[in-house]
Amino acid sequence: MSRIGVFVCHCGENISRTVDVEKVAAEATKLPGVAFSCDYKYMCSDPGQSLLKKAVSEHNLDGVVVAACSPRMHEKTFRSAAKSAGLNPFLCEMANIREHCSWVHEDREEATAKAADIVAMMVARVKKDKKLVPITVPVTKRALVIGGGIAGIQAALDIADAGHQVVLVEREPSIGGHMAQLSETFPTLDCSQCIMTPKMVDAANHPNITLHTYSEIESVDGYIGNFQATIRKKARSVIEEKCTGCGVCSAKCPQKKIPNAFDKNLGVRPAIYVPFPQAVPNTPVIDREHCTKFINGKCGVCQKVCGPGAIDYEQTDELIVEPVGAIVVATGFELYSIGEKPKGSPIKGYGEFGHGTIPDVIDGLTFERLASASGPTGGKILRPSDGKEPKQVVFVQCVGSRAREKGISYCSKICCMYTAKHTMLYKHKVHDGQAYVFFMDARTPGKSYDEFWRRAVEEEEAVYIRGMVSRLYQKGEKVVVMGSDIAVGLQVEIEADLVVLATAVQPRSGADTLAQKLGISYDSYHFYSEAHAKLKPVECATAGIYLAGACQGPKDIPDTVSQASAAAAKVMTLFAKSELEREPIVAKVNENNCVACLYCKKVCPYGAVEEKEIRDRQGNLIRVVAYVNPGVCGGCGTCQASCPSKSVELDGYTDEQVMAMIESL
Amino acid sequence: MHQTKTHAFEPKIVAFVCTWCTYAGADLAGTSRLQYPANTRVVKFPCTGRIDPVFILRAFQKGADGVLVSGCHPGDCHYMAGNFHARRRFAAFRALLDFIGVDLQRLQFSWVSAAEGGKWVEVATELTERVRQMGPMREFKELESEEQWSGVIDTPELKEAYNAI
Repeated sequence: MSRIGVFVCHCGENISRTVDVEKVAAEATKLPGVAFSCDYKYMCSDPGQSLLKKAVSEHNLDGVVVAACSPRMHEKTFRSAAKSAGLNPFLCEMANIREHCSWVHEDREEATAKAADIVAMMVARVKKDKKLVPITVPVTKRALVIGGGIAGIQAALDIADAGHQVVLVEREPSIGGHMAQLSETFPTLDCSQCIMTPKMVDAANHPNITLHTYSEIESVDGYIGNFQATIRKKARSVIEEKCTGCGVCSAKCPQKKIPNAFDKNLGVRPAIYVPFPQAVPNTPVIDREHCTKFINGKCGVCQKVCGPGAIDYEQTDELIVEPVGAIVVATGFELYSIGEKPKGSPIKGYGEFGHGTIPDVIDGLTFERLASASGPTGGKILRPSDGKEPKQVVFVQCVGSRAREKGISYCSKICCMYTAKHTMLYKHKVHDGQAYVFFMDARTPGKSYDEFWRRAVEEEEAVYIRGMVSRLYQKGEKVVVMGSDIAVGLQVEIEADLVVLATAVQPRSGADTLAQKLGISYDSYHFYSEAHAKLKPVECATAGIYLAGACQGPKDIPDTVSQASAAAAKVMTLFAKSELEREPIVAKVNENNCVACLYCKKVCPYGAVEEKEIRDRQGNLIRVVAYVNPGVCGGCGTCQASCPSKSVELDGYTDEQVMAMIESL
Repeated sequence: MHQTKTHAFEPKIVAFVCTWCTYAGADLAGTSRLQYPANTRVVKFPCTGRIDPVFILRAFQKGADGVLVSGCHPGDCHYMAGNFHARRRFAAFRALLDFIGVDLQRLQFSWVSAAEGGKWVEVATELTERVRQMGPMREFKELESEEQWSGVIDTPELKEAYNAI
């Protein structure tokens, strides 16, 4: 007969407000096999855990059920408490009576009954639990960082400085990301390039960092400590080792009128190009879509003029396999192009704002390029349509953000600050100009942030109008902005020379595809989800994968850098061990029953199932059975549900355990 | 969410969910304090790929009036393809369930991601409401035997046949 202990938590009032915890604890004593039950205000606290430990030894318990929050929150806490009380940690189960009960049901009677049922289910389960011993696997002490923006660079540098090898993968031809595009940064107005480009060089020159630019993740296999990343190094058509970066090829390229994406299409570039002068690596790439040689075969100028002979039109994509132990995902953001509604997107466009149709309506990043000393205008604020200096500029905030009816409910976080910055940069460059800002709220909670915003308003004379813009239209050379000023309750019309929209921050396109390759989860906007919003903000639910920067949600540079270093610290913590304990939730084959149909091998997503030959002492083959490699098994249990002879069993989720739960109904 | 109480019949709903998407989605419904009927009892699996159709049969036999199976959206499986195996398995299994006389309205298969607390509430509420209208599930309970499931087929007929040998 088992001796199970049941520990019911009040969670302050989070559970006890709707669930009669005393009654749940009393009901539990009636369950067969329960030797002890109690309730306590905070079971996860030190006294709560001590209570559990004491009860295990005093009542000689051989299984524990903690009725509290979600196991995703505190299973680890209580399993280690059980372990220190001398119990195998896998003989501790959690009954989720908070997220699945007290928080979602108002009726006290119903909620109490349900909580008692959940406890009964988990008691039935714990009685069938087996002692499991963690599997130890070696750790490959190399990290993969996906994304070469400031987040990826910071994480890579921190890990590399700690003495570990880092593979940094960037899909653009140069690292640098959006930060390299920015002009000056808030709240100190220091030059983005001046702080970013030395870091880019550091990353490229670091002996522990291998840089793969113009590369994408093809696939990722394996698990924490032992991932295999396959990287597609796209054909640059330029041999990196031979190229000296002299730039003659770009200068001589006859195809010169391709919109430069780095400059937000304000400038042009040739078909063989480096994205910007400070690019790292300073190796050009041929844009095969626009290159005459690739279109009709009639050019080859760059090959003729290249002294070192670095041009290779025959180059093909290369697949590189890198074994790594941890992965940092830092794929960043992009601004939503609100002009038109993308196909299949649940997010509605703002056609009425003229973005994409009126040339002098631009987004925040385009303004950054206009204001940047290395930008297409050399840092002069000139409007795109006719290159004139705009004397009246209207900034519109919250375009696409915080608009549930249009499809994006979240705040894009950085726009209040960068709009304030834009008004200041504009004023510094066009002294007789006037900046207007349509805003809903000013959200400036960072260090020295509110002071910065006030400076824009009070000292730099930006006119802030609280209200939303309804429509924009072209009138001769001007763009008329129609809006409302809710502070005075009046309609406002401004004839602007230039309009800058602070459009919503979104994850990089393709974020969902990468998530599927990595097996990590993302929210409805395709921002990657952290394992716990408060306690595990840089970890993914998938062990060994960490998040940094705006791929997780809108972030400014200081937040991004902090999180990147935090992710790096998590990687270093992992690498501090030479062996890693894995949860022993793996499948096992009952060799007596197995008929070697190997259906399990077919369905296994990890390729963990092998054929095993059983031989007698003379070495004669008796029969073949399936064998699950515990180091490779991911623990999904698909093999078990698929096995026609019921010969595979997943530890932790055996038929017995599941059936016991169902039967307790 | 408003909750109407005192129904003539309160069904038992068993939800078999994967730990990565739907369980987390149900957790999110909790942290967002979304309200839904208290009829659902959740059984957690690592993946919907682990869910054996036998569990569904057993749940119906043991008193469930409705069963919900829910996992990650296609393409989002933590284990790459477990939910596809599950989907295929249940497509075949539904035909069997129909054949043995269980109204398929009682079995719901759905995708609920970790971000979809609202969808979890919707699915759980809809199924509860539907099964409330349908009334108790009787088809199986009358067949219920006293025995506990032991993994062994052990019927009186078999015993008799064995003794006769």
